[in-house]
Amino acid sequence: MTNNATNEKRVISVIVMNESSVLSRITSMFAARGYNIESLTVAPIPESDMSHMTIETRGNAKVMEQITKQLHKLISVYKVIEHEEMIEKEMVLAKFPIAENLADISVLASAYNGGVVNVGKDMIIVMVADEPKRIKYFIEAAQRYNPCEVVRGGVVAIER
Amino acid sequence: MQMSGAQMVCEAIIAEGIKIVFGYPGGAIMHVYDEIYKQNGFEHILTRHEQAAVHAADGYARATGEVGVAMVTSGPGFTNAVTGLATAYMDSIPLVVISGQVPLSLIGTDGFQEIDAVGISRPCTKHNFLVRSLEELPRTLKEAFYLARSGRPGPILVDIPKDITVEIGSFSYPDSVSIPSYKPTYKGNNRQIEKATEAIKKAKKPLFYIGGGVVLSNAYQLVRELVEKTQIPVVETLMARGVMGAKNPLLLGMLGMHGNYASNMAMSETDLVISLGARFDDRVTGKLSEFAKYADIIHVDIDPANIAKLVDVDYPIVGDISAVLQKMLPLLDNINTDRYQTWREILKRYDELHPQSYVDSDEVIKPQWAIERLGELVGEDAIITSDVGQHQMWAAQHYPFDRPRQWINSGGLGTMGFGFPAAIGAKKAYPKKTVINITGDGSILMNMQELVTAAEYKIPVINIILNNHFLGMVRQWQTFFYEKRYSETDLTFQPNWKALAEACGGIGYDVTTKKGFDAAVKDAIKQNKVCFMNVAVNRFENVLPMVPSGGALFNMMLPPKTEIGEE
Ligand SMILES: Cc1ncc(C[n+]2csc(CCOP(=O)(O)OP(=O)(O)O)c2C)c(N)n1
Repeated sequence: MTNNATNEKRVISVIVMNESSVLSRITSMFAARGYNIESLTVAPIPESDMSHMTIETRGNAKVMEQITKQLHKLISVYKVIEHEEMIEKEMVLAKFPIAENLADISVLASAYNGGVVNVGKDMIIVMVADEPKRIKYFIEAAQRYNPCEVVRGGVVAIER
Repeated sequence: MQMSGAQMVCEAIIAEGIKIVFGYPGGAIMHVYDEIYKQNGFEHILTRHEQAAVHAADGYARATGEVGVAMVTSGPGFTNAVTGLATAYMDSIPLVVISGQVPLSLIGTDGFQEIDAVGISRPCTKHNFLVRSLEELPRTLKEAFYLARSGRPGPILVDIPKDITVEIGSFSYPDSVSIPSYKPTYKGNNRQIEKATEAIKKAKKPLFYIGGGVVLSNAYQLVRELVEKTQIPVVETLMARGVMGAKNPLLLGMLGMHGNYASNMAMSETDLVISLGARFDDRVTGKLSEFAKYADIIHVDIDPANIAKLVDVDYPIVGDISAVLQKMLPLLDNINTDRYQTWREILKRYDELHPQSYVDSDEVIKPQWAIERLGELVGEDAIITSDVGQHQMWAAQHYPFDRPRQWINSGGLGTMGFGFPAAIGAKKAYPKKTVINITGDGSILMNMQELVTAAEYKIPVINIILNNHFLGMVRQWQTFFYEKRYSETDLTFQPNWKALAEACGGIGYDVTTKKGFDAAVKDAIKQNKVCFMNVAVNRFENVLPMVPSGGALFNMMLPPKTEIGEE
């Protein structure tokens, strides 16, 4: 393990039994053991009694090993997948004043795999879904058009 | 069969073969208590505090290896039980604690005696349940017992809203459970086991490091067989005292902060640690970077998360100790035990150099003497529980433990107040055995109300209070590390122990001489009543050897060879 890899970003998927307070079991494990959660998304897996969580965290190989083992130890956890070769996507909604250059905003959104989803009296809303790194670029670029609100959705990942 | 939720709770307890429940009633659990009144499938012991109910169930579980059961009401009943849960959790003790909860409709309203039991107990239970419907109650109870005793054991909380205990529904208790997300590994990987045995054969200075997991897995006979076969020296943790038996010539003793010289030196010089069910607790390892610095490590544990948590492990084996040892033993048939002769001699020499010792006195009772004498008087026959402090360490160092489950104490959490109720649980499990709680003048007060319980139910537990008029262990640290500033540790003011015991229906002894000690122990056994034996011991005695916290194991403060003046 090289030194700069010690605090790498990691993404894991956790398949859990769909029962009450399962989310807090997971998050309190992270909190109690001092691990950080950068982002977390959860949704039920269709036609099953399980849910899929995608957790973005940081740590070296040792920390990741402990996180995985401690997750496994929770009775409600069915499976933990440490992603290596993954497809990662994140979704963002951003709201801009209608007075901004709408054509430019629309071009920007489509460059990041998205588009305009709503146009109102005072506001325009765009949605993009892209790799987390590119989402960061999108948000930076969007600053030029004075966004009044940006909501990120958290990462979802799937192994290739 | 149609029945109420409360009846289902009782039926499940009976179906699990539980003969005794410790508990304390209250509003939210009253329906269950009403059923307890009507049934005769199990006995219920009313402790005088919920913490004690859980510790008693815990003591029962530790003494027998079976699941202990405690029952408490919602709110303060549950919060009082938390220390008991945490104590059992830290030592992986199988328990099922059933708590009442406010009715479903009131959950989340800050109702009278409502508390988020599931939220509070999450970090100190193996798993917990809030029952949400009558329908799921039988299965939940079945799962609770299964989870408590399988894999790495632990306490399980089942929180049951009051309205569910009155509701009527059909009951059938499941025969088996299926929790798709829970599959403990028992077997141990064959290839890893082979590699580990090869390493044992190649090592020059191997050392067995035995932990509480051996007790939990009931693997002590296999461990003894393995040690006999290999002739490799052994150290035990606090939780494993008794596994090898005090007389075993290959046992060096306890290791760690208050381990003896030979044990700690063995760990510092070994070239192969064979860890069986031990978790590398910081009180055992001392400074991690110096711990077993020259050694490869074989680590057998049922909990994968325990392996390589603190130290790098060369041969990780996830599995139940018994299962793993059954595979390992035949692979060692042709082992050459002469190989370790020099190593055994070195360690023998260390032990002769600094044996586990203390300087005795004729004027005053030394606590170590009291423990050794107790060992001579009741030895193998007794079950010994303890509280937390110096007396606990002296008991671990000096009592001749002969078998596992003979020594019951709170190792992981270090809970003062544990010993007496745990002794009550152990005595209920083994009514014919002498059960003795070795305690301190600080600890015993933390659950002394259980005198009343023990007197009422005729549970003749002997409490030996090694009375130093101090919170001794804290005082010891103040002596060594705080320039003798005895901040809030002086317990000069004391109750009249004899009168206190008598006021609660027990008997009391004041012991000030060695002769008096013998007489009191013998009389207490004969009287067969709960008792407080107040033994005046040397006030400023320290537990030695001692590895200052965070220091390396080989840097021990050793006991003086002759009496030195104190204070
Ligand atoms: C519930 C609880 N509170 C505080 C402590 C901290 N503590 C550890 S040992 C000790 C002193 C114990 O004194 P005593 O029971 O008299 O035993 P001694 O050390 O004198 O043998 C204390 C206060 C603890 N372990 N548990």
